[in-house]
Amino acid sequence: MIRVGVPSKGRLMQDCFDWFGARGVVMRRSGSDREYSGVVEGVEGVVPVLLSAGEIPRELAAGRIHLGVTGSDLVREQLGADEVAEVAKLGFGQADLVIAVPNVWIDVETVDDLDAAAAAFRKTHGHRLRIATKYHQLVRDFLQAQGVADYQLVDSQGATEGTVLNGTAEAIADITSSGETLRANHLRILSDGLIHSSQAVLWASRAAEWSAVDLAAYRSLAERLGVSGAPF
Amino acid sequence: MTPKAAIRAEGERLLAAFVQAGAVPVEADILQPAGTLLDLYGEDIRARAYVTDDPVRGEMMLRPDFTVPVVQAHMAHGAEPARYAYLGEVFRKQARGSGRASEYLQVGYEVFDRNAPEVADAEVFALFRDLLGGLDLRPVTGDIGILMAAVRGLETTERRKAALLRHVWRPARFKALLDRFAGRAPVPAGRLALLERLKAGSPMALIEEAGSFVGLRGPDEIAARAEALVADAGTSPIKATEAALLYDLLSLEAPAGHALSHLRGIAPMLPAITPAVDRFAARLEALAAKGVDVGTLAFEASHGRTALEYYDGFVFSFLKDGMPPVASGGRYDALTAVLGAGAFIPAVGGVIRPGLVARLKGAAA
Repeated sequence: MIRVGVPSKGRLMQDCFDWFGARGVVMRRSGSDREYSGVVEGVEGVVPVLLSAGEIPRELAAGRIHLGVTGSDLVREQLGADEVAEVAKLGFGQADLVIAVPNVWIDVETVDDLDAAAAAFRKTHGHRLRIATKYHQLVRDFLQAQGVADYQLVDSQGATEGTVLNGTAEAIADITSSGETLRANHLRILSDGLIHSSQAVLWASRAAEWSAVDLAAYRSLAERLGVSGAPF
Repeated sequence: MTPKAAIRAEGERLLAAFVQAGAVPVEADILQPAGTLLDLYGEDIRARAYVTDDPVRGEMMLRPDFTVPVVQAHMAHGAEPARYAYLGEVFRKQARGSGRASEYLQVGYEVFDRNAPEVADAEVFALFRDLLGGLDLRPVTGDIGILMAAVRGLETTERRKAALLRHVWRPARFKALLDRFAGRAPVPAGRLALLERLKAGSPMALIEEAGSFVGLRGPDEIAARAEALVADAGTSPIKATEAALLYDLLSLEAPAGHALSHLRGIAPMLPAITPAVDRFAARLEALAAKGVDVGTLAFEASHGRTALEYYDGFVFSFLKDGMPPVASGGRYDALTAVLGAGAFIPAVGGVIRPGLVARLKGAAA
């Protein structure tokens, strides 16, 4: 049986079910609304596993599921580059991971400016410029590649846009789709501050055991879905 | 795989040799406060060091190197001059699939001495050469002090020099800044738009217009940088001849003796490097006195300019193809000032990886 991890609730789950449904693979939750189990119709040898989107990368990496649908931001943040293979971009769940600074920072437009501002900030305040985020790896890799220094990442698991207003950070790196929450919190995206354009992706696990039966089931599923005939 | 006992024995042998050379053996905690290391190296070190949490002491790191705790101990209660030696594990995260060890022994030797730094440089290098003899390693040397002196001597604003010096250990960033300051790269579109905007009014008026004030970075700080940006836009580029010398210096790779003649040749055009070149010459003399053939010793002006380093003078490595550096070290005068809370002492040292030495000896046996 191929185990397919799908988001267990909300908009992401519905979009995911719709994407599979539009290709003749009907997924739905079974039992009561509150029970996290699901069924698939229209293809043999496949079982859905309802999981929190944030846990799907880990389950893929561990090989406990063969396939999984989750945001590319979560996979890039949590996993190494070659731990999972991208099967298909699904075209929903779009959001950008961006760096944003207070709109009143009229002297900061680019990452280069942020770096220079961080140097001066550290001299003045005696500590590194704080950037609030929950995407530590993605943000650090991005800033390291650009050669930015004198910043520190502070963890923020929610309401990240509010951290500057509330005095716990000087800038933020967070997911945004329309930018409205950023603007409401007096923040502005750096013109070259796009770290990652995320969307929902169907991933294949390299760690899962792919038996001959699983591979056969995968091929017929792939044909239905119109995606690559080999998981990787 | 070399047995751990053999690696430990090799480490003990090297440690004994360092003690024989006059060093006092010292110990360092494996758990180091993360704050000090993060302030020193920045967030980049999180990608290399193991971070853990202590319920009382907060964020801690598994010792990624000995230099920081050894310098701290010396600055806190060391007598001068001092020579220290140590042996113990260090821990470094490695890229997936790199096959490199994430936990290995390091044995090191550090010299804190105000007199004749070039002699101390030569002492460390020659000691390492002697201990690594017969392993067919390739020594490479460099001198970040010459590069830093060249930057300080540029005919440009202090602000531009400071920006370049701050990124000496980030070669890509350094090059991008130099290209821009020298007029070799166009001003980025974002910067042009920014300058255009800044022309629209006084910084304070623009800040006012931008809406609600949020964050710790004050209006005076913002205005000061805005004014500096406008001033910088009016600064003429670093002269082409001067920039050419710096680019030449960055890529200088030659036997040390030739490198010295070359640097002597460009010093009249870049007079600020003369004291650093004199120090380079004094070091070569001290090395020659230790029996090092400076006519063949490899010199690379950009050697040691990698992230997560702190060397600001002489640097050296002993290399073997297909291996991480078997030994490396250098001078880190500025680090002692950073960790010494105002105090400062010239310092030079290096580390050897006994595991690699034992592997090379095992392969030869």
